Amino acid sequence: MIAPPATLQPVAVPRHAGEVQRHPGAPAGLRSVSQFLRKKPMGAFGAVLIVLFLGLAVGAQWFAPYAYDVGNTADRLQGPTLAHPFGTDANGRDLLSRVIWGARISVTIGFGAVAISTLVAVVVGVSSGYFGGWVDLLVQRVVDVWISFPALVLLVSLVAILGPGLWSTTLVLGILLAPGTARVVRSAVIAMREQPYVESARCAGAGHVRIVRSYVLPNISAAILVLATTQLGVAVLAESTLSFLGYGVPPPFPTWGSMLSGTGRAFMLQSPWLSIWPGLAISAAVFGFNMLGDALRDVLDPRLRGR
Amino acid sequence: MSRYLIRRLVLLAPTLLGVSIVVFVLVRLLPGDAVALQLQDARASAADEAALRAGLGLDRPVYVQYVDWLATVLRGDLGHSFRSHQPVVQELANRLPVTAELGLIALVIAALVATTVGVISAVKQDTWADYAARSAAIGLLAVPGFWLGTLVVTLPSVWWHWTPPLRYVRLTEDPARNLSIVVIPAVILGLGLSGGLMRLVRTQMLEVLRQDFIRTAAAKGLAEHSVVIRHALKNAFIPALTVLGLQVAVLVSGTVVLESIFVLPGMGRYLLESVQARDYPAIQGLNLIFATVIVLTNLVVDLLYGWLDPRVRYA
Repeated sequence: MIAPPATLQPVAVPRHAGEVQRHPGAPAGLRSVSQFLRKKPMGAFGAVLIVLFLGLAVGAQWFAPYAYDVGNTADRLQGPTLAHPFGTDANGRDLLSRVIWGARISVTIGFGAVAISTLVAVVVGVSSGYFGGWVDLLVQRVVDVWISFPALVLLVSLVAILGPGLWSTTLVLGILLAPGTARVVRSAVIAMREQPYVESARCAGAGHVRIVRSYVLPNISAAILVLATTQLGVAVLAESTLSFLGYGVPPPFPTWGSMLSGTGRAFMLQSPWLSIWPGLAISAAVFGFNMLGDALRDVLDPRLRGR
Repeated sequence: MSRYLIRRLVLLAPTLLGVSIVVFVLVRLLPGDAVALQLQDARASAADEAALRAGLGLDRPVYVQYVDWLATVLRGDLGHSFRSHQPVVQELANRLPVTAELGLIALVIAALVATTVGVISAVKQDTWADYAARSAAIGLLAVPGFWLGTLVVTLPSVWWHWTPPLRYVRLTEDPARNLSIVVIPAVILGLGLSGGLMRLVRTQMLEVLRQDFIRTAAAKGLAEHSVVIRHALKNAFIPALTVLGLQVAVLVSGTVVLESIFVLPGMGRYLLESVQARDYPAIQGLNLIFATVIVLTNLVVDLLYGWLDPRVRYA
């Protein structure tokens, strides 16, 4: 086999190697945060964007000036005004409010999907990499099939089967994201398996569960965290694409993707801002996750830099 | 080498078989089956429905249907579309060139943009050009293709009353007109792919440029462009090639979206239509083709990798 090139290389950093040196006087947590801000301004900017979106998502009912599903048809397709800073859509609904509520849907699906995919990937990747042999061979063939699917096909069919909705979209995206992470986890675990400290734990009589929990998982957790952050961006992007094609969370829920979808295009010709704000929101959110992921990788996992 | 190739080809079979089984079962789980959809307008009796079901072979157990389908596939036949009653092979043959053209142009654009910008960014590390290129790369990763497509279809028509040409002309009929239609979605698709690739080319270049043989090449008086392109880029591009191969799966999803926005009669749009109409043979055929393309590109990329980099050993 060819060694996996250019993808994430397994990291073999001992458990406490990456830790910031503690100085007396300042709590370690605060210190590392301030260091992060100073050394990674773009990452910090990404983090600010993410915090902003999380805030909007959690407090949508307080931040949104209007309801997302009630509009006044007399006000339809208005340009930006003081009352409606982003304008209104074809049903007279306030676009700003809809974009804010859209954050809640994107964030919920994004975090849910990544949680599912990470969980599945860790179980699959660790068992495949740790045990090796025929378990690995069998599991990897399943992962092969999983990866060889055109993503969108699987998404569209699964959503159609489960019925469109918040939870089915989350579940389906989680299933879709899992195999890629599983591959990375597997190769990291394989590198870990032969480390002297794992061997010595085995000699000392530690069982499989204990070795995985105390020696393998802590050492790949940085790689998993970095990957999960980047995948949040991928999940948000995939969710909006799915909504755009009409397979996302159904109306009247305001998803960013469906606000841009085909049926609205006729109205966009009359009021172009309809096509701008939701797209800008998607891009900003994905940009934030990518920036944060990049910076986290540099800090937590220097060997993966730039990969 | 030949042993490796045979092993890889043998491993293709279970993968494709797995994909085909999953698709076969998935389409039959879709709510609202093909027969119900075909008869929804006509006032059909239960007997008509049963007759149609038997005619399409849908009254038999799923595993019998699958074995039958597999047998026809092995004879090079993908069955007949439920909608048009034409052979699926023919339906796909009509649409494949459209999607292949779109995808290939997009790949070429992605490779060209990513290499040029990535190399400049690496050679001029930590200058404004580098910062601009890196920000652009991250920006490109964040902008969804369907948004860019929607903007291109919408905004110019609002501002300048210009819309991109939306009536498709085949490449064989009028190459110039065909290219003018395909090039816009291809650029959007290509730019979307180029972001990640650009970052990879840059880091690989930075790594290679620090190697001893680069210093030697520079020391023996070679011109800078010769060092950068003939010595460094040749080595830096190999990992990028692998990633480009992996991007083919992303490309397939991209064509589905852009073909629907730009009304191109390709396989991506056909897929969405087929799912909507529950046209089982068409969906199965499309998935088999897509999966084969993805699996074969990965194989070709792996082989190319060893050919470009003789240090890689096949085992």
